[in-house]
Amino acid sequence: MTTDVIEQESHDDHHDDHKMKGIKRWLYTTNHKDIGTLYLWFAFIMLLTGGALAMVIRAELFQPGLQIVEPDFFNQLTTVHGLIMVFGAIMPAFTGFANWMIPMMVGAPDMALPRMNNWSFWILPFAFAILLSTFFMESGAPNFGWTFYAPLSTTYSNGSTAFFVFAVHIMGISSIMGAINIVVTIMNMRAPGMTYMKMPLFVWTFFITAYLLIAVMPVLAGVVTMLLTDTYFGTSFFDAAGGGDPVLFQHLFWFFGHPEVYIMILPAFGIVSTIIPAFARKKLFGYSSMVYATASIALLSFIVWAHHMFTTGMPLFGELFFMYCTMLIAVPTGVKVFNWVATMWRGSMSFETPMLFSIAFVILFTIGGFSGLMLALTPVDFQYHDTYFVVAHFHYVLVTGSLFSIYAGAYFWLPKWTGHMYNESLAKWHFWCSLVSVNLLFFPMHFLGLAGMPRRIPDYALQFADFNKWVSIGGFAFGLSQLIFLAVVIKCIRGGEKAPAKPWDGAEGLEWTVASPAPYHTFSTPPKID
Amino acid sequence: MNKGDEVQNLNNKDSAAITKNNQVIKKLVLIVFGMFGFGFALVPLYDVFCDITGLNGKTSTTAAAVYNVEQIDTKRIVTVQFISRTAQGIPWQFEPMVREIKVHPGEMKLVKFYAKNESTRDIIGQAVPSVSPGLAAAYFQKIECFCFTQQPLKANEEVEMALQFYVDPELPEDISTLTLSYTLYDVTGKVES
Repeated sequence: MTTDVIEQESHDDHHDDHKMKGIKRWLYTTNHKDIGTLYLWFAFIMLLTGGALAMVIRAELFQPGLQIVEPDFFNQLTTVHGLIMVFGAIMPAFTGFANWMIPMMVGAPDMALPRMNNWSFWILPFAFAILLSTFFMESGAPNFGWTFYAPLSTTYSNGSTAFFVFAVHIMGISSIMGAINIVVTIMNMRAPGMTYMKMPLFVWTFFITAYLLIAVMPVLAGVVTMLLTDTYFGTSFFDAAGGGDPVLFQHLFWFFGHPEVYIMILPAFGIVSTIIPAFARKKLFGYSSMVYATASIALLSFIVWAHHMFTTGMPLFGELFFMYCTMLIAVPTGVKVFNWVATMWRGSMSFETPMLFSIAFVILFTIGGFSGLMLALTPVDFQYHDTYFVVAHFHYVLVTGSLFSIYAGAYFWLPKWTGHMYNESLAKWHFWCSLVSVNLLFFPMHFLGLAGMPRRIPDYALQFADFNKWVSIGGFAFGLSQLIFLAVVIKCIRGGEKAPAKPWDGAEGLEWTVASPAPYHTFSTPPKID
Repeated sequence: MNKGDEVQNLNNKDSAAITKNNQVIKKLVLIVFGMFGFGFALVPLYDVFCDITGLNGKTSTTAAAVYNVEQIDTKRIVTVQFISRTAQGIPWQFEPMVREIKVHPGEMKLVKFYAKNESTRDIIGQAVPSVSPGLAAAYFQKIECFCFTQQPLKANEEVEMALQFYVDPELPEDISTLTLSYTLYDVTGKVES
C-alpha cells in the first residue's frame, strides 16, 4: 500500500515541473524553493511590521514627556516588537535560507519531509495573526515584555496571556518541525561522498542550530504552558502564595532564552563564512576549527543562562560560575572572528554588496560581542542591568549581526533565486544608508545605558534628551533604508541583467553548478563529490 | 534493465530512504518530548536544589524538629529584621510588632505580628516567608510560626500571631544581619475550591 502511494507521488512529481497556478501553488507547495521563498517573504513582512512598531517607540522617545502613546500601549509596543523580530523576522528568515540552500548545497532533490515543510510554514501566519489581533482587543496586546516574566504575565496580565501563549505554542511547533526537517535532510540526503566534514560550513551551522531548536523550543512550550495554567487554572508554578517561585520562571525562561540567542546568530556565522571566502578569493582560513567553535558555542549556551539574572539575589558562587562560563564563550567566538579576518588577510578582495554587509557584520557583531562581555561581568552588570546598555548590546548582535548577515546572504543568492543580477548601485545605497543610520541608532544607546536610562519606559529624565533625539533620527533613517532593499528585490525579480550559473567568481558550492534561476527541481540524481 | 525493473528499483530505494528518515525522526521526536518533560521536571528539581543549597531564601515550611542547641554563642550578636507586605487584593493590615531584634546565635526568641481583616468579608490568609541573604535561610530555625498554617480571619477580626525562632550558631561568620520578609496572600478562593 505504502509503495503504491509513493509510486503515485513520484509519478506526480515528474509531471509537476509545471507547478500549480496562482495561490494554490503557494498553499499546496512541497517544493523547498517555494517554501524557502514563502519563509523569506514572511520574514520580511514581519520585519517591516516589527519595524513599524519600533518607529512608534522611537517617535514617542524623540523627546521627554508623553506625546504620542499611553505608557501601557508603549509597553505593548516594546513587547510585540521583540516577539515579532525574534520569532517572526530573524528565525523564519533563517529557516527560509535553510529551505532554499541546504538541499542544493548537499546535492539533495528536496527537503526530507516536504509535506511537513509545507505545514511548518503555513501555521506561522496564524500564530502572528493571533498575536497581532490582540492589538484590536479591548484588553490590548501583551504588555509584559518579550521575556514575559511572571507575575507580570500571570497575576498582572491584562488578559492577553492566553492569546500570547497559543501564538508562542504555534511558533514553537513550526520551529520544531522545521528543525526536524533540517536534521533529517542533512543526515540522510547528502550526496554520496559528501562526508560531514566536507559539508559547507553554512550547512554545519544550520545543523547545529536545528539541534538547539529541538532541545530548547519544547522547554519554551513548557514554560508558556505553566504560565497558562497559573493564569487561568489556579496552579502555582510561579506563585509564591501556592508554594511556587517567580524566580523559577526566570530560570526556565532563560534556559530556553540563552540557547535561543545562539539560534539567531549561528546561522549568521554560516552565511558570513560562505560569503567572505567568495569575495576574498581564498579558502576559509580554518574550516574544522569553525565547525568545532560552532559546536562549542552551542554546548556552552546551555550553562550560561543565569547571567541574565545576576540581580535576582543569586549567591556569590552562582554569580561567579555563570560569569566565567559566559566569558568562556568569547573563546570560540574569538576563533570565528579571527578566522574571518585571517580569511580576508592578503586575499584579493572585492567589495560587492554581500561582502560589504559581511565585513560590517564582522566589525559590528564584534562590538556587540564586546558589550556582551562587559555585561557578563557580575559586578558591573548590576549597573548595566535593564538599562539601554543592554538594548544597545542585543541590537548590535541581532540587527548588525543577524539581520546584516541575512541581507548579505540575500544579495549573495538573489541571482541564484531570481536569475537576475540585482542593481548593485541601489544595493550599495541600501548598505551605506543602513550602516550609517544603524550606528546612529544604536551606538548612543550605550552611553544612555551607562548614564542610567532604564529600558522599557515611555518617558525619561531631561538629561537623556539629546542622545534620544539622535537615536530616534537614526531609527527613522534605518527604517526607511530598509525600503531600498524592498525596491532592490522587486526590481531583481522583475528583471535585470541575466545572471550566469555562477555570478561570483570566487564562490564555491554545489548551488553554483545549477543554472540561474535554480530550476524548480534540482539534483534529481545526486551529483558526484570528490 | 527494463522499465518495470527501474521503477521497482526506485521504489525500493524510496522506501529504504523513508525507513532511514523515520528512524531519525523517531529519535528527534523523542528528544522533543523529553525536553518538554524536562522543563516540567525542573520545577521539583529546582525546589530540591534550593532546599539542599538554600539558594532562593526559602525557609523550611515545617517547624524545626527540636531545639537542640547546646550553647548560646554570647560573643556574637546577629540583627534580625522583620518586614511584611500584603499581596495585591488582600485588604488586611499586617505588620510586625517589633521591627528589629538583636539575638545571640542559639538564643530562642518570640516575636509577634499583628493582622487585621479590614474588610467586611471572611478571608483566609497565608503568609509566605523569605530570608535575605538567601544563604542564611537554612540557619533560620522556626520553632513555631503562623506561616505554618493558614490564618482565617472573620470580617474586622484582629489577631496577634506568634513566631518563635532561633538563629543556628553555625551561621556563617560574615552574616551579621538577617532580614525575614513575609508576604501575605489571599488564599480564600484556593481553599474553597
